[in-house]
Amino acid sequence: MIDTLLIANRGEIACRIIRTARRLGVRSVAIYSEADAGAMHVAMADEAVRIGPAAVADSYLKGEAIIAAAKRCGVDAIHPGYGFLSENPDFVEAVAAAGLIFVGPSASAIRAMGLKDAAKRLMQGAGVPVVPGYHGGEQDPEFLKAEAGRIGYPVLIKARAGGGGKGMRRVDDPAEFETALEGARREAKAAFGDPHCLIEKFVATPRHIEIQVFGDQHGNVVHLFERDCSLQRRHQKVIEEAPAPGMRDEMRAAMGEAAVKAAAAIGYAGAGTVEFIVDASDGLRPDRFYFMEMNTRLQVEHPVTEAITGLDLVELQLRVAGGEALPFTQGDLQIDGHAFEARLYAEDPARGFLPATGRIDYLEWPQAGAGLRIDTGIRQGDRVTPHYDPMLAKLIVHGPDRPAALKRLARALGDLRLAGLTTNAGFLKRLAEHEGFAAGAIDTGLIDRDAETLTAQAGPDDLTRALAALAHHLGDAAQDNGDDGPFARLSGFRAWGRARQAVRFMEAGERIDMVVADLGCSAYHVAPAERAEAGVDIAVASFDRCAETGAMTLRASVEGWQATHHLLVSRDAVSVFSDGATHVLPLHRPSDAAEETATSDRIVAPMPGAIGRLTIAAGARVAAGAPLVVLEAMKMEHTLKAPRDGTIAEILVREGDQVEDGAVLVTLEEES
Amino acid sequence: MSVLTSALSPRSEAFAENRKAMLAQLDVARVAAERALAGGGERARERHLSRGKLLPRDRVEGLLDRGSPFLEIGLFTAHGLYGDEVPAAGAIAGIGRVKGREVMVLANDATVKGGTYFPLTVKKHLRAQEIAEANRLPCVYLVDSGGANLPNQDEVFPDRDHFGRIFFNQAQMSAKGIAQIAVVMGSCTAGGAYVPAMSDETIIVKDQGTIFLAGPPLVKAATGEDVEAEDLGGGDVHTRLSGVADHLAHDDLHALELARNVVGNLGRAEPAKIARRAPEEPAYDPEEILGIVPADPKTPYDVREVIARLVDGSRFDEFKARYGTTIVCGFAHLYGIPVGIVANNGVIFSESAVKAAHFVELCSQRKIPLVFLQNVTGFMVGRKYEAGGIAKNGAKLVTAVSTTAVPKITMLIGGSYGAGNYGMCGRSYSPRFLWSWPNSRIAVMGGEQAAKTLAIVKRQAMEKRGQDWSAEEEETFRKPTEDMFTRQSHPLYASARLWDDGIVDPRHSRQILGLSLAASLNAPIEDTRFGLFRM
Repeated sequence: MIDTLLIANRGEIACRIIRTARRLGVRSVAIYSEADAGAMHVAMADEAVRIGPAAVADSYLKGEAIIAAAKRCGVDAIHPGYGFLSENPDFVEAVAAAGLIFVGPSASAIRAMGLKDAAKRLMQGAGVPVVPGYHGGEQDPEFLKAEAGRIGYPVLIKARAGGGGKGMRRVDDPAEFETALEGARREAKAAFGDPHCLIEKFVATPRHIEIQVFGDQHGNVVHLFERDCSLQRRHQKVIEEAPAPGMRDEMRAAMGEAAVKAAAAIGYAGAGTVEFIVDASDGLRPDRFYFMEMNTRLQVEHPVTEAITGLDLVELQLRVAGGEALPFTQGDLQIDGHAFEARLYAEDPARGFLPATGRIDYLEWPQAGAGLRIDTGIRQGDRVTPHYDPMLAKLIVHGPDRPAALKRLARALGDLRLAGLTTNAGFLKRLAEHEGFAAGAIDTGLIDRDAETLTAQAGPDDLTRALAALAHHLGDAAQDNGDDGPFARLSGFRAWGRARQAVRFMEAGERIDMVVADLGCSAYHVAPAERAEAGVDIAVASFDRCAETGAMTLRASVEGWQATHHLLVSRDAVSVFSDGATHVLPLHRPSDAAEETATSDRIVAPMPGAIGRLTIAAGARVAAGAPLVVLEAMKMEHTLKAPRDGTIAEILVREGDQVEDGAVLVTLEEES
Repeated sequence: MSVLTSALSPRSEAFAENRKAMLAQLDVARVAAERALAGGGERARERHLSRGKLLPRDRVEGLLDRGSPFLEIGLFTAHGLYGDEVPAAGAIAGIGRVKGREVMVLANDATVKGGTYFPLTVKKHLRAQEIAEANRLPCVYLVDSGGANLPNQDEVFPDRDHFGRIFFNQAQMSAKGIAQIAVVMGSCTAGGAYVPAMSDETIIVKDQGTIFLAGPPLVKAATGEDVEAEDLGGGDVHTRLSGVADHLAHDDLHALELARNVVGNLGRAEPAKIARRAPEEPAYDPEEILGIVPADPKTPYDVREVIARLVDGSRFDEFKARYGTTIVCGFAHLYGIPVGIVANNGVIFSESAVKAAHFVELCSQRKIPLVFLQNVTGFMVGRKYEAGGIAKNGAKLVTAVSTTAVPKITMLIGGSYGAGNYGMCGRSYSPRFLWSWPNSRIAVMGGEQAAKTLAIVKRQAMEKRGQDWSAEEEETFRKPTEDMFTRQSHPLYASARLWDDGIVDPRHSRQILGLSLAASLNAPIEDTRFGLFRM
């Protein structure tokens, strides 16, 4: 058995591996880049070694440094996680050469599956069904076009070394073939340094169903059933599930058998995934699945398999790597219920899924346990940097059947409260509630078809603003002034009229005033100052604000509808958590506006003195803070700087001039 | 402590009738309050807002801490006066919390006659300062005023308690370490210029606030110089060149933020040391106060019913309960603050006066604040009582009330007539605060008695001259006097003239008294040295 394990990865997968290691009594060693010094996986591990700067090429991809770290810590095995070095055969060999165990398949198995066309040929030979296509070496466009005609349109042009959708083109019409091929090659060259393309039949209503396989060093290979990863956005998996909806035993058996065959063909040991594309235009049929590729690593989505099998795949990996035989045979395995995994990303669905970076100001996971598992590598206060994959966490739910599990997923996503960073939680929630998805009618095109409604990011509505305003008001009012006297207790008391205090938010550069009128007895009327008719009565049943984080739980009745609202009330903003989404309402700060305009058009002598140096000329463009004039006075040199960005309109003095205090020395052109 | 037991029956017919009568009186006050709260007319408000300025009430709300109570002073000032065109006398005054500290806020309302000072505006300003000084409350002046109202200059400028007194007070308070802070959010002309200039720290709003001894028209008239207001005395001039102001604000909101910061830097208050308890709500619902006072003011009732609905836990330890029973004295707590309560329960006799004087002595010695619940027709009259020295005994009470150093807070819950007003800490006895219920009446004596007295004197004179005076003629003679008394003793008439600090909803009495007490405790309680008691 392995004694000490180095995890050559970061983020959620590193944390997840450390968790299993700890349970098994295996000492864990993490590695980290300078950017990750305070990261969760570092804190979780028994030991951690810094291996280089933030850039992955200088850290997480730096095999020698990682092996050196392993030696330094007396490690006997390295787990690569996924991504980074997990499918790099050279690294696998280097690990072996250093006398360490690589937790994963052999270098040869990785190589065998590394190039897609070669892998397909290999599989074809082993009797695994593949998509009709041309996977040969001939790259002449005319020849490839003829092959496309033979296969039958529509076809897909794919980069041999491809992945992630790069270098991939769908062609419906032979007339478009040349252009598409050229584009695919260009992309493939740029992305992988290899323009080599292959042609495949384009599968209509395609579903991505993969089989988890496991082999040991004693020649045993089993499959752990399928995962359906059809819910994709631009070939990136979004929500995965197991088992696949609509899967029948007969087809599962056929696919499992094919996958095991594939693994056995390359003498596979450890965890691997055989990906198939399924033509679902006629439902799931045992003769309509085709081998796509084999991932020779632990997959991101492995937890759904763990959920339905009750197995810990990382534990199995460690046992197999340590030379143990698989503790079960195919016959021992069965499916328990249904599981989903949703990938939480720091990205903005409303802005084309642009990756988001920043500090996680507040993070409250939904209550784990009871069918919910959360794999993450981030905590409140962590920063998400642009250096690494923006995946924050995986929410894995398990239920007795698909509808029950899906309901748990929607609930969990709705209960997620994260502020400071934009995430795709709202998008995932809408997806979890998508009718077609709920019905199991999924294919890889679902998200793109309904992208508009799935990614729609509504701004805060009047109710959200009202709740935010009230929360800020209450949070601010509840500040402890160290006494319990009438002025502290009689909140909002007025002998006549009502306390009407405004909470001012900024939205798209505009100030929005919400007036909170205190009606007494914890009842309030909150209305936009400009639209009194949009006001609502809110009766506060209870509220609780954490002084440390600013998190507020507000139980209130809005026009008779009582619910619990979760918000984050900070100095600068109020964040309203609703259905997984976070509405951030920044507060108007009077001093900000003042700073903007305090910068005047004139540079004035602060005291009498002589002009020592002029460092600019009229008409020059200057940035705020740029030195303009050096004034010599009282034996000191005072550098007068540009108060704002602008253009020098006029210079009213010359070097050597004696000036009075208050004299205008330089003017900036007025800016509208 | 003993808990009062109420005999009030909220389901009784009398209760319903009393409540109805009180609500009717309250409605009269409410209408007046709403008028005063609205400030200037719609057009004036629009004009004010179009200049990018906040309305004065919004300025006050923006200055205060969120959720802070605001104990408003003099809301009804000038009600029915000056053609009823100067609501709240064109100024807002009151005590609220800023950065956790109780401060006196005084805001001019430029939507009312340009925020100019009418005689009652001056009186209100001085009253606010008087409260601030007595209770050591920092003052924040939100200035936006055209200065003295010129047509009324004779009643605004020359006398001791006129405009100049404002600056005298500022200097006096500053000397005592009571912070004076001005926020210039509009005009601040002539004499008004001294408000910011006399302040410890001053903020001015760019392009809005101006401070000058003479505005552009007067400068033109005096020296022929042409100058724009902003160049003459705008924020830039005063924060950069003259130093008349200390902080330049970008707009009203920024000015209020700066003012809050200034208050935040005042340091801690040194409040009175007083042993507080955990606050407790009264055992009886304060809402029931409305049904206590009989619809007919001639019907007596037990003032303990009121006390039971004011004090913590309805707990009241009565002093000398069996003696001089027409004044009820006792110890209680309001929001955990110990108080001595002196409450009328009928006409004052010698015994009641002496007992109350004794009780005031007790509270003074123990440094316990006093609350007077005033409902008094006066001292008992007649040969027997004069012979019993009621004047001497009344004087003892007046001496005690006048010279005690503990904070006194008076609430008129009924009549406030004659010398009873004196003994029960009327306005002349400088209670820290004086509040009126809408059913209260204040006059030297009842209108009926006054008219009767005048009629008797006249009849005697006529009879001496051998003239005849019919009952009808006497009735006609009495009517105008009675009417005058009725009009002048009404709380709105009184509050309009700042004889009190405001009319309050009886149901709010506990809160009003609590806030008044809390404000009072910003000043340490000095040792009392009484005047001579005539024995």
